[in-house]
Amino acid sequence: MTTMTSWTIANSRKLARQERRRRMGPLALLTHLALLLWTVLTVVPILWTFLASVKSEDEIFGAAWSLPATLRWDNFARAWDQVHIGQYFLNSVIVVAFSVTGTMLLGAMAAYVLARYPFRGNRAVYLLFVSGLAFPVYLALTPLFFVVQNMGNVPLIGPFIGLNTHAGLVLVYIAYSMPFTVFFLAAFFRTLPTAVGEAAMVDGASHTRVFFQIMLPMARPGLVSITIFNVLGQWNQYQLPLVLLQERDKWVLTQGIADISTAAGYDADWAALFAALTLAILPMLIVYTVFQRQIQSGLTMGALK
Amino acid sequence: MFNTYRRGLFITAFLAAPVTLYLVYVISPYIQAFYIATTDWRGVSATPNFIGLDNFVRLFSDGIFWKAVTHNAALLVLLPLFTIVIALFFAFLLNVGSGGRGVAGVPGSKVYRVVFFFPQVLAVTVVAVLFQQVFRPDDSGMLNGPLMALGLSPISFLSDPGIAFWSVLGVMVWQAVGFYVVLFSAGLASIPRDMFEAAAIDGAGRVSLFFRITLPLLWDTVQVAWVYLGILALDVFAIVWVMTDQQGGPDYSTTVMATEIYRNAFEYFRFGYASALGVVMFFFTIGFAILSLRLSRRERIEY
Repeated sequence: MTTMTSWTIANSRKLARQERRRRMGPLALLTHLALLLWTVLTVVPILWTFLASVKSEDEIFGAAWSLPATLRWDNFARAWDQVHIGQYFLNSVIVVAFSVTGTMLLGAMAAYVLARYPFRGNRAVYLLFVSGLAFPVYLALTPLFFVVQNMGNVPLIGPFIGLNTHAGLVLVYIAYSMPFTVFFLAAFFRTLPTAVGEAAMVDGASHTRVFFQIMLPMARPGLVSITIFNVLGQWNQYQLPLVLLQERDKWVLTQGIADISTAAGYDADWAALFAALTLAILPMLIVYTVFQRQIQSGLTMGALK
Repeated sequence: MFNTYRRGLFITAFLAAPVTLYLVYVISPYIQAFYIATTDWRGVSATPNFIGLDNFVRLFSDGIFWKAVTHNAALLVLLPLFTIVIALFFAFLLNVGSGGRGVAGVPGSKVYRVVFFFPQVLAVTVVAVLFQQVFRPDDSGMLNGPLMALGLSPISFLSDPGIAFWSVLGVMVWQAVGFYVVLFSAGLASIPRDMFEAAAIDGAGRVSLFFRITLPLLWDTVQVAWVYLGILALDVFAIVWVMTDQQGGPDYSTTVMATEIYRNAFEYFRFGYASALGVVMFFFTIGFAILSLRLSRRERIEY
């Protein structure tokens, strides 16, 4: 009896599978072909770069799809040291670590006050922040250069926040991340219940304490999304450092990568270029694979608001 | 009374730093830009003189400026068009139109979504350098290698003025599609399944399922996508500056407003002229924003 049942189940599964396959007509085949085509288009340029990163200079200038005779791992060593990718990478990490922390702290503070405390001028301040979403950054580029240059003349702290300083770039990143961060977090704080905070206030907690110990933990999902958004946005930023960091040893990763191919000219180390590209892509690939769900929702959440 | 005081203090303390930073680094440069646009400021040490609208007059008779505007305008139409059509197609296949009778997505749709989205997390500069290599003009190029192996003549993706613009557009679409596949998938997920199933039972094929159900219900998301991609098209800089020959060439065939602003300001040191260009760009962006807000006022389908 039991064998009979299991046989029937197995058989019906098989039939179902056959049925499904029968229905997968030419249309379904085309569907898969289309999806596969785009997968190939997405993956192949990246894989090709990885492949070229272990080729020798001659092989890179030979047939595009030839395999390397030996794997040249020394390309990576040269990219790291001589092309200074290691230095640029470290610079990017330092800048983004500080700027995202600052962006989230200041952005959350401003958004919370604007979302929860009605006062005269509240709406005006909010609109001032949000209006920044519509301005093209290129309009501000020239004056921004001089603003940061003048910051360098401020007594005492000037040398740390002028042109060619990481702290200066951090402040600029924070300021330019405010519109989106405030816009999104203010909307998020408005959706949170007020009762918990009020209860804590009755128990004698200060406004500041309510913010840090009650509201911030409650706003976690929103904070995570916007943090991801800001990390990617600031990590990938090219325009602002291009204007504000002109000394090579201060450069961030995007500047370093762009420079290898634009300025290097004839004596460029092409093998190291591919290794450098690989070094820039791989960490993103790893981070993306681990956090892909959060990254996808973090980046698309803002658009759906 | 004391409570009101404490509340005021709290508000001030929390707003002071963000507002100050924002005023110094964002608002003040924008305001200064409008003033600088009316001067002949050149070079770091020179003193600016007020010249009224002369920069704008010169701008409008500048052939390169018009080339840049034309390219931005072409991107404004073509980038959203291609990206949205391709992304809608894939989002539909992944979520609704699996081919079989039911209304399920293709098997493995999650994997496809993860792969498609990946280019979005790469820096534009990385993508630009990568495709500069992919587009190499000889048989060492990823695309020209196979073409030449087949006996075809190589394509000058970046060195032919007639083709370079399309290469730029292609790379931008390549990078953007995955994001919009995910965005549209999220939109599709919020449409009740029964809607598709009811239509399918009533005999709707995949084509009418797409045009009669999917597209109307996703229309809001499509409009959001259009605005985002439009702004991306107006703001494009790094892909042109890093990937193309002569940073916007060959022969200005790929140049855009942002690259001309940067070139004028930081290579020719024509600060006034660059700012005037920036002001024009500002009005284009605002104009586009207002236009898209106007056009998107449309009755929402409730479900």
